[in-house]
Amino acid sequence: MTKRIGMEVSLMVSEAVKLANVDVVAAYPITPQTHIVEHLSELVADGELDAEYICVESEHSAMSACAGSSAAGARTYTATASQGLQLMSEVLYAVAPMRLPVVMTVANRTVAAPLTIWNDHSDIMANRDCGWIMIFVENGQEDYDQTICAFKIAEDRRVLLPVIVNMDGFILSHVIEPFVPIDQKTVDGFLPPYDPIYTMHPDEPITMGAFSMPEMFTETKKAHDVALRESKAVIKEVWEEWGKLTGRQYTAVEEYKTDDADTVFVTIGSFSELGMEVVDIMREKGLKVGLVKIRLFRPFPTDDILSILTKFKNVLVIDRFLPLGGVCGPLAEEIKAALYAVENSPVIVDFVCGLSGRDVPPEEFFGMYETAVDAIKKGAVEQFYLWGVRE
Amino acid sequence: MAKPMEQYTWRDLTVGNVVDELGNSTEYHTGDWKSQRPQWNQEKCIRCGVCWNFCPDNAIEKRAGEFIVTGKDGKKVKYDHYFVADLEYCKGCGICAHECVTGCIEMIEEVD
Repeated sequence: MTKRIGMEVSLMVSEAVKLANVDVVAAYPITPQTHIVEHLSELVADGELDAEYICVESEHSAMSACAGSSAAGARTYTATASQGLQLMSEVLYAVAPMRLPVVMTVANRTVAAPLTIWNDHSDIMANRDCGWIMIFVENGQEDYDQTICAFKIAEDRRVLLPVIVNMDGFILSHVIEPFVPIDQKTVDGFLPPYDPIYTMHPDEPITMGAFSMPEMFTETKKAHDVALRESKAVIKEVWEEWGKLTGRQYTAVEEYKTDDADTVFVTIGSFSELGMEVVDIMREKGLKVGLVKIRLFRPFPTDDILSILTKFKNVLVIDRFLPLGGVCGPLAEEIKAALYAVENSPVIVDFVCGLSGRDVPPEEFFGMYETAVDAIKKGAVEQFYLWGVRE
Repeated sequence: MAKPMEQYTWRDLTVGNVVDELGNSTEYHTGDWKSQRPQWNQEKCIRCGVCWNFCPDNAIEKRAGEFIVTGKDGKKVKYDHYFVADLEYCKGCGICAHECVTGCIEMIEEVD
């Protein structure tokens, strides 16, 4: 095992993509994803990565080029954020049902307007139902690990689905963090070459992305949905193998100090790293608080949520996106839906915070905790709280 | 396709809904779409083939058949072929009638 070194998280991702030995990168730069693709472009130009780097004129073209190269059997990677993901949206909805195992990093950033470059989850949540596997990472090491794992998950013949690895823009992407790199030989042993079922080849013509009639469409969606749901078993398998290899264990949902907890925070993305610190401070003050971190967002780990969250009295969900005109934040929405039919289910209090990079330091969590406890006591819990807004 | 669309379950579909048999678009009978169909006046048709060229669905066939027609100058002209729509695939778009040089193609309403 090599020793820990410091590196900007974006560069860690590029290095992981290099270790995965991708054949094609088609990307368009956008803040805060830029450093990832800049570094990949350098690696290709310097001959350190033997891949085609396709400079495209937009994100719509980036994902279209990825679809084409993946259809031709090439291991394909791209990265984007914010408006870039919105511009890709149409093609995201084509790549997944065509079962093309493209891997993409989304350095989550707010979608304008007002124009802003900082982090929240409005980009990915607008595309949450496009049929891709979606993973959220909490730190640089995990981003590095998940980027390599993503290729193995995506290309597994039992899966054959594209994967998005979400990392909070700036909060992770532009921060230098310590991490343990892995060597090429280990990655080569872990990640076999991509062996597609179908490829675009003139000698064996096939049609991909064909037209479908109403008589067939429902069946195509069922097949896709089953593949996405069943991918969870393969994801678990891949993470377990990675755990044996590196000692770093990943699960779809992870608990932290929940054994005797009556109240838990539920977090996603970099809030999960912060959440552990918050729980440590709260525990020092005698509060029976724990943390439940959601790592896998699609397929949504409903079974884990049901078995884990039903153990607690109060569940405080931390969302990083305000669904305008909706019931509550997207994470709370999933959790509320999953727990609806459960008798004596916990009280769910949703906090929408950290919009467009607004800092949420640990002390803010105390405020949320007090607000939740007070509202529960009064029996007047609102569907969600837009935390920190000046009235 | 091995069987009609309605008989496929989701388990029968190929991964990614790939169509892995060649040329099966001919099994899709687009002729069902039409509300009008082209009808040639073989007396006026000069066999130029413009309709055959312009048909976006290759649904116009050139068939062998002897026709003796009377030209404008009163002379008899002998043709060894004629054009006709393959109604299994003709969508009734009317492009043939629009492009026809002599106006010999008429679009007539489909009636049950």
